[in-house]
Amino acid sequence: MNARVLPYVLILPVTAFLCLFFLYPFVLVAKQAFSTGDGFTLDNFRQVVGYWKFPISLQNTLLLAAAVVPVQLALALLMATMVNKMQRGRDLVLYVWTIPLGISDLAAGIIWLAIFEQSGFLNSMLSGLGVVDRPVNFLSYQHPGVVFLAIALAEIWRATAIMLVILVAGIGLIPKEYYEAAEVFGASPWKRFTRITLPLLRPSLQTALVLRVILAFEVFAVVLALGGTLFPVLMSETYAYQFDLLDSGAAAAMALIILAISIGFTLIILRALRVPKGATI
Amino acid sequence: MAEIQIKNVAKRFGSYQALRDINLTIQDQEFMVLLGASGCGKTTLLRIIAGLETATEGEVWIGGRRVDHLPPKDRGIAMVFQNYAVFPHLTVFENIGFGLRMQKLPNDEVKRRVERTAGLMHIDQLLGRYSGELSGGQRQRVAVARALAMEPDVILMDEPLSNLDALLRMEMRAELKGVLAESNTTAIYVTHDQVEAMSMADRISVMHQGKIVQAASPIEVYRNPAAEFVAGFIGNPPMNFLPATPAGDGKWTVAGQILDGPSRTTPLHFAIRPEDLRPADTGLAAMVKVVEPLGAHLLVTCSVDGALFRAVLDSDLTVRRGDTLTLAPQPDRVRWFDPETTLAVA
Amino acid sequence: MTTVTTDVAAPDTRRAGRYVYIAAVVLLCAWVLVPLYFLLINTLSSPETVNSFPKPFIPEFDLGSLGFFAGFAGILSALKNSILVAGLTMIMSILIGAPAGYALSRFDFRGKEAFRLLILLTRAFPLPLLALPLAVMFIRTGLDDTVFGLSLVHTTLAIPFAVLITFSLFSGIPLELEEAAWTLGCTRLTAFTKVVLPLILPGITASAIFAFVISWNEVFAAAVLTIENRTLTAFLLQNLDTSPLHLKFAGGFILVVPALIFIFAVRKYLFAMWGIANR
Repeated sequence: MNARVLPYVLILPVTAFLCLFFLYPFVLVAKQAFSTGDGFTLDNFRQVVGYWKFPISLQNTLLLAAAVVPVQLALALLMATMVNKMQRGRDLVLYVWTIPLGISDLAAGIIWLAIFEQSGFLNSMLSGLGVVDRPVNFLSYQHPGVVFLAIALAEIWRATAIMLVILVAGIGLIPKEYYEAAEVFGASPWKRFTRITLPLLRPSLQTALVLRVILAFEVFAVVLALGGTLFPVLMSETYAYQFDLLDSGAAAAMALIILAISIGFTLIILRALRVPKGATI
Repeated sequence: MAEIQIKNVAKRFGSYQALRDINLTIQDQEFMVLLGASGCGKTTLLRIIAGLETATEGEVWIGGRRVDHLPPKDRGIAMVFQNYAVFPHLTVFENIGFGLRMQKLPNDEVKRRVERTAGLMHIDQLLGRYSGELSGGQRQRVAVARALAMEPDVILMDEPLSNLDALLRMEMRAELKGVLAESNTTAIYVTHDQVEAMSMADRISVMHQGKIVQAASPIEVYRNPAAEFVAGFIGNPPMNFLPATPAGDGKWTVAGQILDGPSRTTPLHFAIRPEDLRPADTGLAAMVKVVEPLGAHLLVTCSVDGALFRAVLDSDLTVRRGDTLTLAPQPDRVRWFDPETTLAVA
Repeated sequence: MTTVTTDVAAPDTRRAGRYVYIAAVVLLCAWVLVPLYFLLINTLSSPETVNSFPKPFIPEFDLGSLGFFAGFAGILSALKNSILVAGLTMIMSILIGAPAGYALSRFDFRGKEAFRLLILLTRAFPLPLLALPLAVMFIRTGLDDTVFGLSLVHTTLAIPFAVLITFSLFSGIPLELEEAAWTLGCTRLTAFTKVVLPLILPGITASAIFAFVISWNEVFAAAVLTIENRTLTAFLLQNLDTSPLHLKFAGGFILVVPALIFIFAVRKYLFAMWGIANR
């Protein structure tokens, strides 16, 4: 086949598929969000934003992202640099650290439930140590701080691996000579990290952060498994609109709000970590 | 019988003109080298002949058949690639036999031909190995054997020796030349290494900025470069140039000296190879800047009338930095170029 | 004097640093593994133990919970649905995605940048949200509450990864190998099947497995798009507030195990896949 036509033939299936299942539903969701049956309206948005749970769920989502993402970034960077200079057991350690990559948010929620539930392992440990006499019901409305902590821990536990993988791959692309050159010029390990690793890692940091932040706004099953309705987030509210309230217009409006926040943060990250043209490895 | 004709071939990549107006005929069984610096279009031309690239304009004929619209497999060619392209998932045997299998030749014929070419390239011991277990030189041999096993009319080689170390390159150069002469195929060989070109070619096509500047035998290209580019590209060190002004009657003033030359009235460039200079009583006054003893001779870099000028002299001479030499050019080796066209002037 | 002290001190600090380093590695491994171990204890304990207090810190190897899980109404069909959806997603995302990955790695064509942008864009979207309008569309086309319908949505999730990963895999195969095959008598297609495919097959398998895991783990779209034919994730989510603890833990365990095996199977490729895929 002609080399001019062939590439288009090859990308046709993906393009068609994404148009049908990505762009088209996107248009649909937008249409649904901006209409209540008779023409263009912002009623859906007014309704969901005006609902008393909206500020709480927005605040919860943002707080959770703000608590989780920086910790994950720091942890992933630490793990990546540790792995980078490991000689023995590197593969095993990397495998162990990437295990959560394959674990769904629902499973992660259930795993941490085993720790935090009333008859769970945390209570067993605390009573074993004599700290508490009776098991505490941590995941209840009396302990909102613990609920938040449990969700944050589960998220950090589950989703640091994806950043780790991206960063390890990124560090692997940085030629060793740069470090050797820096060492010859007298840079300390910390300086080598801040002056060489971090700047050259920018493309990977970008990807990792964008992906992670978007996932943070989609947080859903972990929250449901651990907090139930105690800790409303944007995604669980969307789910509630669709199923409990059967209001798909409002659900669509929520979806667009989540989308807008995600895009906003993506642009901020891309802008903050942009790589000057020609300054790539 | 495979004569190759390239007629009016041009190639554009977007707005970049990679090749312009290429016309070249390569005789049956000739060893043609395409020589030039990187980016001159030599590899593009080879790939157009192979069918890996389509020419924007022009025609390619192989063995009296127009082939520019045929895929590579139907052109009767075989090719040796710069990075050898030995298939990593196949043994050496299956690599050499790959093309034969594609032609659906019977097993015993494949075996016979693979063993014969492997013997020719001295790799019969390696037939069971995979590419990862071979050295660069061995991979090179597999790549050549794979091409030869096809018994092609034309064999195309794209800088096949450029990834080998110096010693191996010299060894393979001679071996490749011998094997190809034996096989009676037409060969086109792309290189940027003038020593390779000089030592292997029947004819060299020197390319520059998408054009063939000169296509001639190695000694012709060396002795009678058709243009200043060729004179400056071939030879190590390259030819010396000095501005020359007409003094009437076929006499020319070069750095204050009067020399015989063509009868022209516009200024020319005088050119001489460094090895065609001798110290003498009369000649060009050269102020010595650097002396490099190379064993067999002495490479002396000087300044003549403010211009850079090199001479290759007998190593017995005692020359020191700061000396002034008087260098006489060997009259029958002097060449003249028109600075307007940069072409040689008879 | 001073030189002597530094000579003695230097190895000491270095050794201390080394211990800190090893301790940190072990601690971080424990951080990942211990919660998994707790899940394992719960799964391999009888329902009574799971609901009792305090918890033992070693499993009693009782299959009661798993037995209860297997006998719970609807769970086996949910498991079957999960496998079917993930399998379909795996096949579709590779069959649809790999050609595009090949096109991106081998050709320069008009609109290539726009196409790449479309692919990257999908990664910047909270894709499960699109399940909402699709639910309506599926009801119209009869795809609602079907394994195939859900796998279409999951394929949308997996396709950007499939395209970018296969793109990086194909880019790792030198074009020269294909060209050599062409000059040796292959067409584009036979060069692909005889040279490229054998070299790329392990990588393709890895990205297929990755697609499987993406689908296997997906919760939101699965919960939105299925009612009768729930996948395991959707089933567990639906019954989170009503189902007993031992069912949740056994279900969580069943969710985790295949993912663990698959990540183990593709561990070699994870980093290579992400290395180039993020350019």
